[in-house]
Amino acid sequence: MQPRVLAKSRRQFIRETGLTGIALVLGAYLPGCNTGSAPKVINASGALPQAFELMTWISIDKTGKVTILNHRAEMGQGSWQVVPQMIAEELEVAMDQINIVFAPGNQKKYGSQITGGSSTVRGSYKHLLHIGASAREMLAEAAATKWNVDQKDCYAENGHIFHKPSGRSFSYGDLVEAAAKLQPPKDIQLKPRKNYKLVGKPLPRQDTPLKTNGTAIFGIDKRIPGMLYAVVERSPRIRGKVKSFDDTQTKTIPGIRHVILVKRTVFDNMFEGVAVVADNLWAAMQGRKLLKVEWDDTGFEHLSTEQLFARMHEDLKKPGLNDRTGGNFERAFQNASTKIEAVYEAPYQAHACMEPLNCIADVKDDSITIWGPIQGPDWIQSDLSQRMGVPLDKVTVNMTFLGGGFGRKAFLDYPHEAAVISKAIKAPVQVVWTREDDLTQGPFRPGAAYACKAGLSKEGHVEAFQTKTATQNMGLQNPGADLHSYNGDTLDGFCKPYYDSFSNYSFADIPTVSPIPVMWWRSVYASTNGFAYESFIDEMAHAAGKDPLEFRRQHLDNDRYQALIDQLSILTNWKNRGKNEGWGVAITECFNSIVGEVVKVSRNADGKIKVDKVIALMDCGWYVNPDIIRQQVEGSIVMALGAATKHDTRFKDGMAVQKNFDTYNMPRIHEIPEIEVHIVDNDEKAGGVGEPGLPPLAPALCNAIFDLTSKRIRKLPFNLDEI
Amino acid sequence: MPKYTLNINGKPTPIEADDKMPLLWVIRDIVGLTGTKFGCGIAQCGACTVLLNGNPIRSCSVPASAVTNQPITTIEGLSPDNSHPVQKAWIAEQVPQCGYCQSGQILAAAALLNKNPHPNDRDIDMAMQGNICRCGCYPRIRKAIKTASASLKPAATLK
Repeated sequence: MQPRVLAKSRRQFIRETGLTGIALVLGAYLPGCNTGSAPKVINASGALPQAFELMTWISIDKTGKVTILNHRAEMGQGSWQVVPQMIAEELEVAMDQINIVFAPGNQKKYGSQITGGSSTVRGSYKHLLHIGASAREMLAEAAATKWNVDQKDCYAENGHIFHKPSGRSFSYGDLVEAAAKLQPPKDIQLKPRKNYKLVGKPLPRQDTPLKTNGTAIFGIDKRIPGMLYAVVERSPRIRGKVKSFDDTQTKTIPGIRHVILVKRTVFDNMFEGVAVVADNLWAAMQGRKLLKVEWDDTGFEHLSTEQLFARMHEDLKKPGLNDRTGGNFERAFQNASTKIEAVYEAPYQAHACMEPLNCIADVKDDSITIWGPIQGPDWIQSDLSQRMGVPLDKVTVNMTFLGGGFGRKAFLDYPHEAAVISKAIKAPVQVVWTREDDLTQGPFRPGAAYACKAGLSKEGHVEAFQTKTATQNMGLQNPGADLHSYNGDTLDGFCKPYYDSFSNYSFADIPTVSPIPVMWWRSVYASTNGFAYESFIDEMAHAAGKDPLEFRRQHLDNDRYQALIDQLSILTNWKNRGKNEGWGVAITECFNSIVGEVVKVSRNADGKIKVDKVIALMDCGWYVNPDIIRQQVEGSIVMALGAATKHDTRFKDGMAVQKNFDTYNMPRIHEIPEIEVHIVDNDEKAGGVGEPGLPPLAPALCNAIFDLTSKRIRKLPFNLDEI
Repeated sequence: MPKYTLNINGKPTPIEADDKMPLLWVIRDIVGLTGTKFGCGIAQCGACTVLLNGNPIRSCSVPASAVTNQPITTIEGLSPDNSHPVQKAWIAEQVPQCGYCQSGQILAAAALLNKNPHPNDRDIDMAMQGNICRCGCYPRIRKAIKTASASLKPAATLK
């Protein structure tokens, strides 16, 4: 999830500090660069009144209790577990010895906190391991000084420093005050992977017990003193402006305090609504129902889904922006002995997090406090500081647990809206979006159309490969965006070694223009690209008369891919499957991880297609917690299955048609196949985990259906019962 | 404002609220128990599930004034210390991801096992298909229900 949807100055800022944020943080915090600070007594969200901050992320009190901050959002993907699991590994403490506390937004202190692009581990693991190891060495140095011994004879274990020759020990609590006065060491030896006690182990998540007894506090559960509640009547047509409103009836509801016009920023547009503020949420909702708003729907197109896709298909006829080419596609295509062409479509989707959007804002003359389910607290801090004219250090953005995020809660609009309302009514307020608001207002995953062409040699090798992608470019919604810049993200999901084996290739992007706001949706462009690319690879394999997995093997000349294919073949017993028994495969690359999925389908006695099983193989390189990886891949498969076969957001006359779960049909327990997830063990760098399992599912499923029925599905979503 | 008494988690709880106010909002905003979640407001997702006389209901679509003096169990009442067999199984199988739907899932599962301590897959499908999980924890939900079931003695019933 490249953070390209931000305004230019912010884009620049994020490019320097975002997914490659280590450099910035290293400069400020890594041993050797740290100027050393006086011991600081901190109060980590009230958890530890007498703790000493030893390194950023780590504080320890005099009883030895360790608090580790989680600077990333916890939206289900497991940062609450894996961030402390990495730090605790090098710090030499057990997971049951630590408190975990959310860090507030503070990019200077923590580097990028945006939880997107599956970046929590891959973006900061080396830094977090260093932080833990530095703190450990400072504690060891403090112990060696107290004992007046050589630090080389001291080692850390289980929250203590031991002196090997004498067997003496100190608990970390005995040492922290002295250790906090020390400089972090210059040279840190990180543990070799084989010595890990925590990392790489399927440890149970520390947030699980909070989520099984109702004590986990999500944004919507947070209360602050004096807080009012608000809902906002929003334009059914996404960009409609408020012409006038009549709140006479609304104000008859007991508990209604204010009814005000509110604007929130969506890219460079102000989206308008009428906020109903009340003593409780139910009253606000009742008052909203009685509100009469007249909308001004002029000045923007009122499109339907049919018009949107007709526009994309028109766009596919244009040459487009083209900056990824190799060889000479046209000549190679003309000379090819077999030519194939196909067009694919993937729909607009809503994020539909189970926790609807909500945010608490408390705006005072000189400060802003935010509480909410937020994917990027540092982004919100900086955005509100700029928009509301409050100094950055006076904007406090506190995280809660998120009831799902999937990209939607990385957007800046809903905290901004809450802040605008709080400022207007001069009181803290929680703004809650209803499910209808959530599903109809966007930003949505953009729909996309793909035109693919390939030419094969007599031997069945790909000689020419072309894809044109027509989709809304998320980055072009920003003010001042360059309309002629090629959208490289339309390649996401594509397996990179194909560039080497498809000698002549050409990728073009035609940015389709529409007033529908669009935004990252789990795995972003790869969620639709993967469907087109990996379906077309399958079509090419079929045209070449080759086994689809072997065809991929022949064109993915890379050790890591070859190993993945070998393992996938063994896990699925691929070679011994029967002909046309309903097996399909797809492999995609997303956020530095490679995932292969094999789907098995069959036809029930009633003639309907049933998805029997999915076997997934994840190669995310270095990893922290294999059980969380399994969770994430299972969840990605279910989400992708829903997006392929159950739901989409359609538009009619400029309005989203699916408003709630009665029409936006989510997959339910009886529709879920058996899912088996395996993880590759290798020495590659850490890749993403939360998203890369999603893109291969739809193509693997459609390829399986083709294997069973000879029917090629090129348009999502489709109804499994109608094949 | 009408006054009435709800029996929540074994405790008589006096309420003063609009007659039409759904049980969900009474539980969350008046009683202050936030383990019960708002998901859709139209009884489609199950996030707001509580038990009424041991049966799962969608609290977003039931006026609180219609269920006075009948036992209501929320996630906080199932057991605050995660000692209920379903909660234990949920932890053992590491079911939750974001966790937002899990109060509803756990209560639906507890009600199922109370009536049918040894459900088969079809029984689980029937009992659990009113509860949506966007994170896709379904395979683990199924497994955890079987784990909880196996932990029950043959004739045992759940409270």
